[in-house]
Amino acid sequence: MPQAQLFITCLGDQFYTSTLQNMTRILERLGVEVSFPPEQTCCGQPLFNNGFEEKTRPVALSFLRAFSKNDAPIVAPSGSCVGMVKHHYPSLFKEGTPEHALAVDIASRTFEFTEYLVNVLKVTDVGAVYPHKVTYHASCHYLREMGLKTEAKTLLSQVKGLEFVQLKEEETCCGFGGAFTVTYPEVSRSMMENKVKDIVASGADTVVTCEPGCLMNVAGGLHKAGAKVRAMHIIDLLASTPHPSPLPRGEGTTPFSNGRRVGDEGQS
Amino acid sequence: MTQSPTYIGFEEYSEHVPPSIPAAVQQATGRFVSGRAARVAELPQFEQLRQSGSDIRQHTIENMDMYLAQLEEQVKSAGGHVHWAETATDANRIVLQIAKENNVKNVVKSKSMATEEIGLNHFLEKENIQVIETDLGEYIIQLAGTGPSHIIVPAVHLKKEEVAAIFSEKLDMDAPADPIELARIAREILREKFLTAEMGISGGNFLIAETGTLVMVTNEGNGRMCTTMPDLHVAVVGIDKIIPDWESLTVFLKLLARSATGQKLSTYTQFITGPRREEGEFGPKEFHLVLLDNGRSKILQDSVGRDVLKCIRCGACANVCPVYKNVGGFAYGSFISGPIGAILTPQMNGTHNARELPYASTLCGACADVCPVKIPIPTILRHLRRRVAEGDAFALPTIPVPIRATANLASLALAQHWIYRFGALILPKVMSIFKRNGWIPSAPYPLNRWTKSRPLPPFTSHFRRWWKTARPTQGKESTQ
Repeated sequence: MPQAQLFITCLGDQFYTSTLQNMTRILERLGVEVSFPPEQTCCGQPLFNNGFEEKTRPVALSFLRAFSKNDAPIVAPSGSCVGMVKHHYPSLFKEGTPEHALAVDIASRTFEFTEYLVNVLKVTDVGAVYPHKVTYHASCHYLREMGLKTEAKTLLSQVKGLEFVQLKEEETCCGFGGAFTVTYPEVSRSMMENKVKDIVASGADTVVTCEPGCLMNVAGGLHKAGAKVRAMHIIDLLASTPHPSPLPRGEGTTPFSNGRRVGDEGQS
Repeated sequence: MTQSPTYIGFEEYSEHVPPSIPAAVQQATGRFVSGRAARVAELPQFEQLRQSGSDIRQHTIENMDMYLAQLEEQVKSAGGHVHWAETATDANRIVLQIAKENNVKNVVKSKSMATEEIGLNHFLEKENIQVIETDLGEYIIQLAGTGPSHIIVPAVHLKKEEVAAIFSEKLDMDAPADPIELARIAREILREKFLTAEMGISGGNFLIAETGTLVMVTNEGNGRMCTTMPDLHVAVVGIDKIIPDWESLTVFLKLLARSATGQKLSTYTQFITGPRREEGEFGPKEFHLVLLDNGRSKILQDSVGRDVLKCIRCGACANVCPVYKNVGGFAYGSFISGPIGAILTPQMNGTHNARELPYASTLCGACADVCPVKIPIPTILRHLRRRVAEGDAFALPTIPVPIRATANLASLALAQHWIYRFGALILPKVMSIFKRNGWIPSAPYPLNRWTKSRPLPPFTSHFRRWWKTARPTQGKESTQ
């Protein structure tokens, strides 16, 4: 039985409860034994990307310790956070030290969710049904740092009823960029507004992305613009089934059905 | 700069970008991007070319001293003069001295980033030497009294109506908003200048060490006029423009035009090896090469930052940069803008003058994807952010204290899971005060800088509790 440790990311943890629940459900439905190390916090990317390398090191160490208790693959709903662990953690520690060895080990078994499904589990059809016009925003780190060019689209192509429409400038940044949104809010807004314009012009009723950060930005922008387009994490779309699995008590976490939106309930 | 660099406030500029600028910039760069994509698609070995370009430039900057010595020897043996300028001021003084020795009153100039870098025009004008830019875009911005806002299209921020207004005002005429007519007006005025100037000044795209040859790549023919009509030609070129030999040049000529404008080859490619040797030949009687350092050898000492010197000034990074396209070139406060400006200016002028520039990026990486010589721009941006935030062997930290304090606090909280989890427990409760209809439309500082542009989703943070208490039993045994 394949195993996976959930790396929920700090944005997922703070804002996307239902996405994390759906991630758990999809993995379990695919026969993965899922575990969750509760000592995890944030990968430290906000510090690292803003030049605080020294301050990132203790955060990275805490992450490495949290996930080293188990040697199962680590799976996250974000290419950006996985990119941090995979491509930058080893550079934080001096070669030859036990910390460096641990960082290299963890880096080698950390996967973004769609990457894990398509390239590790070799699953492209998760049995999702979503009879809507869907467009896709390729998130920067997911696309360029992780090199994930086809995984999300492969998964979308297997969703029953889904009609895919191409987004103009699919690969152009939406203006999130982490702290960039608060460092240069006006520039971030211009970029976001361009993205929102393209999404609306695509004629899709749903836009999906694989990053919680881009999702927050784009969903907020669509809401502000009064656009009737849903922004969803790809996980929530893939969790849409005609026959939802039994629900946990409490928490409005209904998997998508009959045109309702998964992400909404857990957040309101 | 001849004057000491002033502080570059990207943030302040970005708050008040004139709305006409992004519109004009996006239209023009959009054409370059699709042109480049078409040229790349028809050349299957483009990736190999990029790799060769990157390897050659890496090799060259790592052996610059050797190639510069070879270049000097070759230029001299071809009859040219070589001058070494350590600073911008030195370079300006050298050019002025050459002008004075030859009684020069009128100069025609070909477009050059190096002369923009040193502020040569202003310097010469103060000495009562008239300098006329002859590249159409440069001519426009010279009339407008601004610097360039793009590496290869200096007037990219202006629409034809604005250009017509500038012509009308500065040339005292009624200029129509018609590009062909505007070009005709400029051509007529410039023709006269070409015929009367005593000196031509150019930059250079490449310097070939093997033969001491200056290579210029242009599209308007004005470069050729500047370097052949006057009896005196002075080229001001950064020492980083050197390449080993003609064989390497074939790689860069293929890369440059495709990356810059989406052309297979620029209209004019000139090879200048010394002055004319015999009467009756074309070309100037005297050729001077001013080799500009202006901080480049200092940048070379930084093993990460020095990759910026691989740049061949094609502007492809700016054309794809979503930040550049939304603020335009003036936001970067320097002769060079876009992602390459964001990594060059802080190194050239110091992070104390340009600490905001390394942060003027979402680290989306589009620039690195198109760079013809594979400069790892996001890596260098992070490297310079580190210089700003924590300091390094080249500069002390310059980040404002509140930001550093926030980072220290974040580091502490994120490294101790119980602090983080305590925060995650109370944040939703605190933030629920600001919730309206399922969103947080306006949040307190510092998140107000987020909500001034779009609402924030509400904090939920239920996953951990759900995992512990409400999750269906399947797989439960693996819970830690």
